[in-house]
Amino acid sequence: MIQPRLWKIALVTAALLFGVVFTLPNLLPEGALPGFMPNQKLNLGLDLQGGSYLLYEVDTDALKQEQMTNLVEDVRRTLQDAGITFSGLGQAKGGVSVRITDPAKVDAALDAVSKLAQPVGNTPIKDLTFVRAPDQSIEIQQTPQAFQASVAKAVDQTIEIINRRIDALGTREPSITRQGTNRIVIEAAGLSDPEKLKAVIGKTAKLTFQMVDDAVPPADVAAGHVPPEDMVLPSDDHISETYVLQRRPVVTGEMLVSAQQGFDENGQPDINFRFNSQGARRFGDATTQNIGKKFAIVLDGRVIEAPRINGAITTGSGQITGNFTDDSASQLALLLRSGALPAQLKVDEQRTVGAELGADAVRSGTIALAIGAGAIVVFIVLAYGLFGLFAAAALAINVLLIVAFMSMTQATLTLPGIAGLILTLAVAVDANVLIYERMRDEARAGRSLILAIDSGYRLAWPSIMDANVTTLISAAIMFQFGSGPVKGFAWTLSIGVLTSVFTAILVTQVLIGWWFNFAKPKKLPI
Amino acid sequence: MRWPLTRFLPEHSHINFVRLSPFAAVLSVLAVVASIAALATVGLKLGIDFKGGTVIEAVTPGPAPLGQYRAALSSMGVRDPQVQGFGSPSDALLKFQPVGADPSAAVNAVNGVKAGLQARFPGVAFPSTEVVGPKVSGELFRSGFLALAIAILLMLAYIGFRFGLQQGLGAILAIFHDVLLTIGLLSALQIEFSMTSIAALLTVIGYSMNEKVITFDRLRENLHKYRRTPLADVINLSENERLSRTIITGATALLALGGMLFLSGPSLFPLAFTMVFGILIGTYSSIYVALPVLLVWGVKRGEDEATSTSATARP
Repeated sequence: MIQPRLWKIALVTAALLFGVVFTLPNLLPEGALPGFMPNQKLNLGLDLQGGSYLLYEVDTDALKQEQMTNLVEDVRRTLQDAGITFSGLGQAKGGVSVRITDPAKVDAALDAVSKLAQPVGNTPIKDLTFVRAPDQSIEIQQTPQAFQASVAKAVDQTIEIINRRIDALGTREPSITRQGTNRIVIEAAGLSDPEKLKAVIGKTAKLTFQMVDDAVPPADVAAGHVPPEDMVLPSDDHISETYVLQRRPVVTGEMLVSAQQGFDENGQPDINFRFNSQGARRFGDATTQNIGKKFAIVLDGRVIEAPRINGAITTGSGQITGNFTDDSASQLALLLRSGALPAQLKVDEQRTVGAELGADAVRSGTIALAIGAGAIVVFIVLAYGLFGLFAAAALAINVLLIVAFMSMTQATLTLPGIAGLILTLAVAVDANVLIYERMRDEARAGRSLILAIDSGYRLAWPSIMDANVTTLISAAIMFQFGSGPVKGFAWTLSIGVLTSVFTAILVTQVLIGWWFNFAKPKKLPI
Repeated sequence: MRWPLTRFLPEHSHINFVRLSPFAAVLSVLAVVASIAALATVGLKLGIDFKGGTVIEAVTPGPAPLGQYRAALSSMGVRDPQVQGFGSPSDALLKFQPVGADPSAAVNAVNGVKAGLQARFPGVAFPSTEVVGPKVSGELFRSGFLALAIAILLMLAYIGFRFGLQQGLGAILAIFHDVLLTIGLLSALQIEFSMTSIAALLTVIGYSMNEKVITFDRLRENLHKYRRTPLADVINLSENERLSRTIITGATALLALGGMLFLSGPSLFPLAFTMVFGILIGTYSSIYVALPVLLVWGVKRGEDEATSTSATARP
C-alpha cells in the first residue's frame, strides 16, 4: 500500500496530462497550439463575457384565440355549403357554438361539421369534439391533446423561423433553445444592445391581402355594426381611417416566394414580392373579379396600404409601398422572406450585461479565486507542514482538472460558478484533513507508521464519500431547478466534487508513497 | 517541519460539549423565534428574480447623482422607483416596477426610460439591464423554494438510509434550523434575496449535511467501540476527537470565502455572505442541534445496530 501501485501512478499521470492539455488553450494566445491539440477555451457565461439573454414566450392564449376564430369561419362555410340555416354562431365557453334554425336539420348539421375534425398527429385522437346541446345548438370544443400539439408545433416553427431570420441578419450566431412547453431562450454573447435583434425576432410579420368591403356605411362602422364575415382594422400610420375588410384573406404571406427591398418610380423604398403559383392564381382571380374595388395589404393586424385595383394582376408579383425607410423596408422584406411566426411572441425576461462589466466580473472573480486558493494553501501548509504541501499539490491538480473538464465539455462558467469553485476547493481540502486526522488518530493509538497511513485512507473513505454525495445531491437539484447562472454554479460544483475526490485521495497517496520511500521516516510528521 | 499547526492543537481535548447544550438550546430557540419574527415583520428583500421589475445599472462620468435619478424616474411615471449606490461612487442601481402587467411593454418601457435618462444626464452609460416579467418571477420563486424543499427531503432520505431514523431527524431539524436562521438574518439585514441566494442556501445545506455526516460517522464508530459508556460521554468524546478537523476545515472554508466576501464586489456579496454564515451555522448546528436531538430521543445501540453498521461502513 505504501509503495504506490503502478496503476495509481499511471492514473495520476494520465489525469495530469489530460489537465494540462485541456487547460493550455486558456493560457496561450489563439493559434499558438498545433491543430491536433484541443483548442477549446472556458465557455464564459453572459455575466462574464457580456451579452444579452432574452426569454420569449409564445402567446398560447392568442394562438387559441386565432384557432377559434378560424374554426368559427370553417363552421360558417361548412354550414353555408350544406345549405343549413343557423344563428348565434360564435365563440362560447372556450369553444364554438352554433344554433341550427330548423330542428330537423340538426343531425345533418352535426354530420357536416363533424367532417372538420382531424386526427392529432399519428394518434387516433381527434382534434375536435362535437356535442349536441339542447335547444338545437351544437357545441364544438378543441381537445387538450390537439391544443398541446398545436403549441408544440408553433414553438418548433417559431424556433425555425427565428433561426432563419437571424441567419439572414448575418450577425454572430446567438444560441436559441427551447425551455418548457412554450418558451424560447435566446442568448447572444457579446451583444450588449439587443434592440436590433429584438426587432427582428419579436415581430410576427403576418402578411395578408384582404378585400376592402365598401358596402358598409361609415356610420355603421362607427356604431360597431359590421357584418359577421367582415372585420375592422386600423391603418398603419395610426392616425388615418380604419378599414372594413373581408375576414377571409385572398392571399397570405405563406404564399410568397420572394420579397426584396426595391425602389418605386419616385425613388421611395418599397418591397417587391412574388407569389407562388397558388397565390398568383388566387390573386389573379380576385383582381380580375374586383376591378375598381380596393384591396388591403395587412401586416400584423394593421393596414399598410389599400390600393384600388385598376386591372387584373396575373403576373403573380407586385410591390408594397408603405411609409418605409430603407432600413424598415429591407427589414420587412427579410421578415417576409423568412415567414410569419405562427403566434405572437412576448418578451418575459431580458438581461443585458455590457462587455466591460463582464470583464470587471472576471477580474474580481479571479482575485477572489486567487485569494481563496492562496488562503487555503497557506493554511493547510501551516496546519500539516509537508503533508499540507502534498494536499496543496493535489489542490493544484484539482484546479487544473476542473478547468480542463469545463473547457472540454464547454460547460458555462458563471460568476456564481467561481464562488462554487472556491467552495469546492475548501471542501476538497476537507477530504485531506479527514485523512490526515485519521492518520494521527491511528498513530496515537500506537499503530506503526505504515499502518497509520494506510488506515488513514481506508477509515476516512466512508465519511468522504457520504460528504460528497450530499454535495452532489444539492448540485443536482440546483441543476434541475435553477436558471442560467445557478446552473453554472451547480455544474462547477459537480465537476469539482468528482475531481476533488480523485485528487485528494489518489494524488496525495502517490506523493506520500514516494516521500516514504525516499525519506524513510520513522514517525508521522503530523 | 517544525511549524505544523497540528503540534499546537492539543492532542486530547476534554471539552464538555454536552454540558453547554441546554444553553445552546435556549439560544437556538431564541434565534429561530427572532428569525421568524424578522421574516414576518420586515420580510425578505426579494430581488427582481422573484419580484419582477427592472434594474438598470447606471454609470456617470462624475459621482452618481442619486437624488436626481430618483426625481427623474418619478417624473417618468414608473412605479416604485428605488435608487441606490453600488460599487464605486459613480455607479448606481435604478430599480423600478413597470406600469401595467404586460411584460413586453415593460421591456419596451426600459428603452424609453434609458433614453429619458440619457437626455437628462449626458454621458450616462448603462452597463447592465435586467427586466423580469411577473410571470417568470413567480415561477422562479416557486421553483426556487421547491428546490430547497426537495433538497431537504433527499438529504433526510440519504441520512436516514446511511445512519438511522434518529440521526435523520436530528439532521433535518438542524437543517431547518440552519435555513431558517440564514434567511432570517438575510431578512433582518435586508440583504437582497435572489436566485443566487437559493444556490447559496443549497450549498449551505450541502455543507451542513457534510458536517452532520462527519459528526454521525464518528459517533457511530465510538458507539460501536464503547458500548457501555453513556451516550453523553460518547458524544463528548467524539466531538473532542474530531475537534481539530472541525477547526481546520472550518477555518479553511471561512478563509477562502472571506476573501470573496470582502474583495469580489457587490454582485457576489450576498452569495459570499450567505455561504460564510452558513459554514458557521452549519458547524454549530452539528454539535448543538443534531446531536442533542439524539440525546433527547435516544439512539439505538443494540447488537443489531452495531453489526449492521459495521457491515455497511467498514467493508
